[in-house]
Amino acid sequence: MTLSELIDVSGEAGNFTATVRQKPRYVDMEKCIACGQCSEKCPKKVDDEYNMGINKRKAAYIKYGQTVPLKYAIDAQHCLYLTRGKCRACEKFCPTHAINFHDSEKIFTFNVGSIILAAGYKPFDPTPYDHFAYQHAPDVVTGLQYERMLSASGPCMGHLVKPSTGKEPQKIAWIQCVGSRDRSRTTHSYCSSVCCMYAIKQALVTAEHTANKELQQTIFYMDIRSHNKEFERYYEDAKGKGIRFVRARPHTIEGGRNNIGVNISYCLEDGRTFIENFDLAVLSTGIEASEDVRMLAEKIGFALDQHGFVTTSSFDPVTSTTPGIFVTGAMQSPKAIPRAVTEASAAAAEASRALVSARGTLTRQKTYPPEHDVSGEKPRVGVFVCSCGINIASVVDVKQVVDYAHTLPYVVHVENNLFSCSTDAQEHFVHIIKSHKLNRIVVAACTPRTHEPLFQDTLREAGLNAYLLEMANIRNHNSWVHQKDPQRATEKAKDQVRMAVAKVSLNYPLKNLEVKVNPKALVIGGGVAGMTAAISLADQGHEVVLLERSERLGGNTWHINETWRGTPLRPLLEDMIAQVEGHPRITVYKNAQIKTCIGSVGNFVSKVEIDGEMRAVTYGAAVIATGAKEHRPTEYLYGQHPKVMTHLDFDAELRDHPAQVKTAQNVVFIQCVGSREPERPYCSRVCCTHSVQSALKLKELNPDMNIYVLNRDVRTYGEREDLYVKARERGVIFIRYEVERKPKASQNGGALAVDVFDPILQRDIQLPADYLVLASAIVPHDNHELVELYKCGQNEDGFLNEAHPKLRPVDMTVDGLFLAGLCNYPKPIDEAVGQAKAAASRANVILSKTTMELDAIKSFVTEKCDGCALCLDVCPYRAIKLEEYQRDGATHKRIVTDSALCKGCGLCQATCPKEGVYVHGFTLGQLKAQVHSALEAI
Amino acid sequence: MAEQPVGSIMVVGGGIAGIQATLDLAESGYYVYLIEKSTGIGGVMSQLDKTFPTNDCAM
Repeated sequence: MTLSELIDVSGEAGNFTATVRQKPRYVDMEKCIACGQCSEKCPKKVDDEYNMGINKRKAAYIKYGQTVPLKYAIDAQHCLYLTRGKCRACEKFCPTHAINFHDSEKIFTFNVGSIILAAGYKPFDPTPYDHFAYQHAPDVVTGLQYERMLSASGPCMGHLVKPSTGKEPQKIAWIQCVGSRDRSRTTHSYCSSVCCMYAIKQALVTAEHTANKELQQTIFYMDIRSHNKEFERYYEDAKGKGIRFVRARPHTIEGGRNNIGVNISYCLEDGRTFIENFDLAVLSTGIEASEDVRMLAEKIGFALDQHGFVTTSSFDPVTSTTPGIFVTGAMQSPKAIPRAVTEASAAAAEASRALVSARGTLTRQKTYPPEHDVSGEKPRVGVFVCSCGINIASVVDVKQVVDYAHTLPYVVHVENNLFSCSTDAQEHFVHIIKSHKLNRIVVAACTPRTHEPLFQDTLREAGLNAYLLEMANIRNHNSWVHQKDPQRATEKAKDQVRMAVAKVSLNYPLKNLEVKVNPKALVIGGGVAGMTAAISLADQGHEVVLLERSERLGGNTWHINETWRGTPLRPLLEDMIAQVEGHPRITVYKNAQIKTCIGSVGNFVSKVEIDGEMRAVTYGAAVIATGAKEHRPTEYLYGQHPKVMTHLDFDAELRDHPAQVKTAQNVVFIQCVGSREPERPYCSRVCCTHSVQSALKLKELNPDMNIYVLNRDVRTYGEREDLYVKARERGVIFIRYEVERKPKASQNGGALAVDVFDPILQRDIQLPADYLVLASAIVPHDNHELVELYKCGQNEDGFLNEAHPKLRPVDMTVDGLFLAGLCNYPKPIDEAVGQAKAAASRANVILSKTTMELDAIKSFVTEKCDGCALCLDVCPYRAIKLEEYQRDGATHKRIVTDSALCKGCGLCQATCPKEGVYVHGFTLGQLKAQVHSALEAI
Repeated sequence: MAEQPVGSIMVVGGGIAGIQATLDLAESGYYVYLIEKSTGIGGVMSQLDKTFPTNDCAM
């Protein structure tokens, strides 16, 4: 439901009544075909909020070109008719009579079991702060505005220009921490967590948007926080590509001469001051909790933290303080996309956990009429040529294409539609297919990538097999790229239609595969992530086998004292272990290792070695949570002096010998030991926060203790920044060092000391150390056996890979496998727990089905296969195996394909020298027909 | 906690997080009401040009 807001909630977890207010759209969604006439005729221009106010849109508008739902709306605040009672141009010109000025606000109530809040954030608005000059200097823009300026679909069409002059900028500056980490002018003491990386990305991407060879990108920053997977490499890459990084927080930004460009005043660490001129300044504006969230919190009663983000806890990172109400995304704390997506899945798992008994009670299954048998029938092809509003019709002469299609073999019906994808068009197609007894359909429109499922569904509604459809992409492949040559574009469209007709005539019905799903789950790894996933899956009603390679559950968490929020971990861990071991649906195998795996999503079988004995385990999906370990340092006298410790050693010291620690006078922490170095070019993410937290602990034990944290950047991201602020307030001293000039540890008669160059004092200093704590890297276990077993991916550092870093952050590249915790990348416990719940949610999508449908475009073996096995090597999904069989008393070989693994890519077919393997829907006969048809015109 | 829970869930906000939660739930047997304040879903991510580290088009 769009234009809708949750305004009230009553009832209790499991059974809420949610009240939603929907504002009027003034456009009938059923009738609107998104042709854009209303917007074109609308005389009222307003700032386009989607483009951050850089350009104007009309009062009758669409949010953006690909908006879902693709329906126009009338902005009641600006519409001339709705504000002044005159105009109605849109109503007059709308070809489908979709404009409805009688539309009014509606109140709905819904009965729901749980509520997930994902209302996002508000970008920080720098307007009131004059030192940013945002309001006065046109060449000062915010990060999100710059994002729109770069976008090919944005107001500059991807050609970067200075707002003041419309010319290309050459020198661009990014100012970090605008509205973040700023207690002097704003109340935002926290770090927004995303701006460092978006600035680096923008700086790099800028080069693609300008032909200016002299482009200079400068980023002014306090600490670069590239603490996510692959981000440190991206940062290093940016440095290598000439992006200039200046560690300074500019105090004043002013418009340049005649208010063109900007002057930026800044002071370096060594005290030198500069005023530098730039063509454009981008303010890396941060994330702010929105006012809506506060109002909702007041209404519903869930708690917010001091910054206005929804309060959660480390072991329940997506659970609000109101039972039954969950939260995800930036509404919970500032975070980047992968964590928002991960925690969205986690929230889904948590929101549905309590509703398992009601699963499937309210969902509906779509039914289709029985399929018409086309075998033995002569092809009767219907061709639908889409105008796509003006997208196609303004370039391609669709009437000519329609007339031409009539002349093609087997074609019995042709027509043109304004929008072939509109809802009313689908009903019309069903009618036409039935009345003309069509048995093959060509839609000449846009891309099958987005629209094939829709038209396939329409065919099924009309009683035709979904695979009797062919699409000719006369938009993306034609009208969009040949705008300047309408005549030849029209000829090309004819070629495309002819090829599609040739192919569709040979299309035959295909059946989607159905595989039975084994509803059991396997979890590999018994640390906090693995246990969390196991509990979540078992609570969803699935039998779970949990494998732990050691003799006890709990993993690294036994060695850590507290979460970053200061919650003691031991009691939570012991509770969790008891829950796992006592759960009726969880079987725990300790001293267990997985040895083999056969099968695919829905049906895996593995052999597991438990205490030396082999046992078979069957499962439909698996969560891999094999963890990681602390790096054992080889520098700074580690292992040579008893008071040189890693974080985990020091946590044990604090736990077991607090009285002794209390007597220390001087404690030195060294950050990035083993991280962010050529050998291990990633950030271990948790160590800065851990050091700051340990330092605070020490200050609690003895406020007079001297504590030094030697760091390269302090990466207390998000709300962890509050700990960093507190540590500085308590007198902890932070000294920065460069990797080229590392600190040196020495001992003299048992007394430890650390030498370091202080960049503010500009001299070497020596610090005595009663303890030297090394913030040692997190390193992955050796995962190669697992990778070999499952054919899954790992990155250069040895961490297991997700299918897509942004959109599929817990899915692995192999269907049916999910990952959680440190095996994926270093992370703190709350994020590992969130990821584990997300992995369980994603696995649940598979396990909650009895059967799974896979599409029918799969390879199949023909009589001609002689087992040469060339295709085995090229198959990227390892879906092909070789088998032996007996015929006429002799042993022969041939291949067998696994349809569940096959993705229909066609590499086997292209490689096979003997026509021994084809892909359904793309057989040689079908492709040949298309090629012959293409060559006809020549 | 209600004795007889209801098999539907409301998701408030149609950005990338809300969309992902909705898809997971709908695909595992729950009826979902997705509530979005503006005229279309997509949130801030739809406004981004590209996303790192892959430089994929955000749309």
